[in-house]
Amino acid sequence: MALSRRKRARLIRGTQYAILVVVAVVFALTADWTRIQQAFFRPEVVREMFPDVITVALLNTVIYTGLGFGFGLALAIPLALMRLSSVAPYRWISGIYVEFFRGLPALLVILAVGNGVPIAFPGAILNKYLALMVALGIVGSAYMAETLRAGIQAVPAGQVEAARSLGMSPMRTTIWVVIPQAFKIILPPLTNELILLTKDSSLALFLGASISEYELTQFGRVALNQYQSLTPVLVAGVCYLIITIPLSYLSRYLEKRGGGKKISSPESTGLDVTP
Amino acid sequence: MTEVVIEITGLTKSFGQLEVLRGIDLTVTRGQVVCVIGPSGSGKSTLLRCVNLLEEPNSGSVVVNGVELNDPDADIDAARTRIGMVFQSFNLFAHQNVLNNLTLAQRKVLKRDRAKAQEVALANLERVGLSEKVNAMPGELSGGQQQRAAIARALSMDPDVMLFDEPTSALDPELVGEVLSVMRQLATEGMTMLVVTHEMQFAREVADTVLFMDAGVVVEQGPATQVIGNPRQERTKSFLHRVLNPVHVDEK
Repeated sequence: MALSRRKRARLIRGTQYAILVVVAVVFALTADWTRIQQAFFRPEVVREMFPDVITVALLNTVIYTGLGFGFGLALAIPLALMRLSSVAPYRWISGIYVEFFRGLPALLVILAVGNGVPIAFPGAILNKYLALMVALGIVGSAYMAETLRAGIQAVPAGQVEAARSLGMSPMRTTIWVVIPQAFKIILPPLTNELILLTKDSSLALFLGASISEYELTQFGRVALNQYQSLTPVLVAGVCYLIITIPLSYLSRYLEKRGGGKKISSPESTGLDVTP
Repeated sequence: MTEVVIEITGLTKSFGQLEVLRGIDLTVTRGQVVCVIGPSGSGKSTLLRCVNLLEEPNSGSVVVNGVELNDPDADIDAARTRIGMVFQSFNLFAHQNVLNNLTLAQRKVLKRDRAKAQEVALANLERVGLSEKVNAMPGELSGGQQQRAAIARALSMDPDVMLFDEPTSALDPELVGEVLSVMRQLATEGMTMLVVTHEMQFAREVADTVLFMDAGVVVEQGPATQVIGNPRQERTKSFLHRVLNPVHVDEK
């Protein structure tokens, strides 16, 4: 018997809702809710975690990430410019740096900086903030340098020609015309990089720390051992989402705004440009 | 008394195998308006871009205001501040509003202070009839307004000569007039201009000299009335016939 299009659509949709309801009901009936609550959500543990989870852990996560991101960006700008340099060794150095640090796990870099630097340079004073700033910065800069290079190359050639025609030197053109526009183009991917770094900051766990230096993951893990409950992990997770979800929306918003407001130029409309 | 502003001799330019300019000689004196016409690919835009060294010539010489531009030791940035350039695609700085577009190079290159740069910028926006768009972003302007702002940006550097590279080719037909009228006004004020254009009527009315180029050489040059009104060369005749009367190209 052949079904009409409308009937078939209704049947398929109905079946899907039915399966969803059955699975949810079966799960709700068979799960041991008290036990799940004991494991994941004990309100008294949540209460005890406050306010330190915010004032210490969340704050430290933000600080580590912010320092790493700032340092990474400061490294990324010269790296991206070196990648586009007319001097070949600069291109090689930047290329090797990017490939090297993109290819390594972030944890390895953090361990190397956190433990290696004090061994290699006994005199160097390296507190946890400085170590994480450098380590996360190095990891982030490798990605950000590539993003920025792509952004610089995406700035229309006409913008550079206009600046040079006004007598601006290559350096001034780069600083005042190219870099600002490149940043506008790469704002969405840069925001994503900030999200990744926020999560990578959890690797700070592997460096020794005093209580005041705990970030979210370490704070959660210590509390996990203390209370024999997964509740702290859940709380830490929610704290990460408080940071990352708004950033993710920001990134999407910037992308949409950037897409709507194109630089007007006939190059993109296929207009004949006479040589 | 006829002071030479642009002097081009024996200019050649190739892109790889393609010879775009094959020996161009051209002299532009102060206050003169020279229009360059010709088919697409004839090399007229390349010629113009050689005059401020956006394209580097293969051989020959380009002297502007007495400075030999293709001398590797010439101060090209200083020379360019005296040469205004207007592009087909406007190329306003997309991240800055109109006022900052006009003041950026004044402040960074000419080292004018903010107040002086803004004063010059506002005067030039007035000149092109865009006083009310001071704070607009380029993306908010029509093509004609963007091009007029671009002209004002070039004028803000107080150039000795203005180069126009098909300034109306990217515009809606309705908006061509406002840009041409600004250019006509500049010509009246005595600005030295080198204009690559397809606007034959503009060339006929405003140009002192018209150059017809084809395949990298100047085929014919002379007063506008002669080159456009009564061309001597066959190639010029057939080009003008097609451009001025595109609907009846078949009827000879």
